[in-house]
Amino acid sequence: MAIVTGSLTDSQAARTLSKEEIQRYSRHLIMPEVGMDGQLKLARAKVLMIGAGGLGAPLGLYLAAAGVGRLGLVDFDVVDFTNLQRQITFSTSDIGRPKIEAAKDRLSSLNPQIQFDTYRTRLTSENALDLFRDYDIIVDGTDNFPTRYLVNDACVLLGKPNVYGSIFRFEGQATVFNYPGGPCYRCLYPEPPPPGLVPSCAEGGVLGVLPGIVGAIQAMETIKLILGTGEPLAGRLLLFDALAMHFRELRLRRNPACPICGEHRTITKLIDYEEFCGIRGEEAPAVTIGIPEITPRELKSRLDRGDDLFILDVREVHEYQICNLNGRLIPLGDLPRRVSELDSSREIVAHCRSGKRSADAVEFLRQSGFRKIWNLKGGILAWSDEVDPSVPKY
Amino acid sequence: MAIKLEIPTALRPYTGKQASVECEAATVGEALRRLTSTYADLRKHLYTDDGRIRSFVNIYVNDEDIRYLEKENTAIKDGDTISIVPSIAGGQES
Repeated sequence: MAIVTGSLTDSQAARTLSKEEIQRYSRHLIMPEVGMDGQLKLARAKVLMIGAGGLGAPLGLYLAAAGVGRLGLVDFDVVDFTNLQRQITFSTSDIGRPKIEAAKDRLSSLNPQIQFDTYRTRLTSENALDLFRDYDIIVDGTDNFPTRYLVNDACVLLGKPNVYGSIFRFEGQATVFNYPGGPCYRCLYPEPPPPGLVPSCAEGGVLGVLPGIVGAIQAMETIKLILGTGEPLAGRLLLFDALAMHFRELRLRRNPACPICGEHRTITKLIDYEEFCGIRGEEAPAVTIGIPEITPRELKSRLDRGDDLFILDVREVHEYQICNLNGRLIPLGDLPRRVSELDSSREIVAHCRSGKRSADAVEFLRQSGFRKIWNLKGGILAWSDEVDPSVPKY
Repeated sequence: MAIKLEIPTALRPYTGKQASVECEAATVGEALRRLTSTYADLRKHLYTDDGRIRSFVNIYVNDEDIRYLEKENTAIKDGDTISIVPSIAGGQES
């Protein structure tokens, strides 16, 4: 199946490898599965990477090292300290720089012969088709459901393969969607989870090596698609459990009832993916509407006055160890069975990391009859910003 | 029939952190009902309010999706593995 479309009339296609390129790619060239033909296919290939984060880091490095002729990068974010634990294209000195700029510098120093096209933008329904059109293969390394569905739909509408990878804590998934005749993301998951069921920051986090492994699998599949070699990971969902160090494979089938690639298509153009994923209008503030709040500064001045306030920390034990406000720790999940530990006659201020879990805690406690209870607005992060910068942010 | 249910990372907080759970059942639906009666908090993550399996959670018997078998009526035999595979979106944890 020819994925790379560059024809022999293209100036790039007609080119041969220079002496320096032959040296650079010699470990490819001496393998019959790649050889000169394969290396020229790589040189003609145009791959668009969506996301220059954890998955994008190994992807970009390996695709650039392999000599993929044109690499597009879409990302709007800047490098921050918390990225460095896993986003290995970036250095400490890159903090604050747009990711695509830092990535381009790193990748072009690795391989100056490659054309890099950077797009510092959010991928949207308005720009996706225009961005994708020029590329042979799209690699999805994003971190959210709306963009995943957008990438899928744009790939289906344009007939481009979508090399998919996704991670959560120490578990990964990878496959190739929309390979000719194969299933798409909507065949696998017709709908995203409602925002309320997406794991909260308490359950978030990721082992730094995990995106490295999953991103490297995506890079391998991308290169195989370009070469037309081996068995692509299409029609198979690879599941990886890093803790057990266990790979499993599940069969993926094309869903005849799929709304975008099935027999009776109801989606024929890109839609509003935020709305589709139920996150139009910012979910977080909606949750906290009607929840009594106290700002970090108000809390500080009341504590300084010596008011008798009970600080309830609803985070997890491992988060308490990172930093705390000397509150009583009762993780949100334990609250229903430990509610008797709380005295409803005292004033209680509940907090978590950012204020979302503690809003749920306040809501629960109000329903349980607590009246003198407030949510610390913005959580321990806001406390660090507004009251005590010595409290580390995580 | 003794079968194994594989619990994904995202749902392990609701199964006492267990990565897999063994149970006796004749069909996929029965196995899932047993699982969610033991671990009640899991129910809302697997089923909609009207009792259907959520569309972002896929259930496999061995390597086959039950949507292409007999759905929840799919028979299971000794030694089968049922996998619960929810969609995950992470890639660059913001």
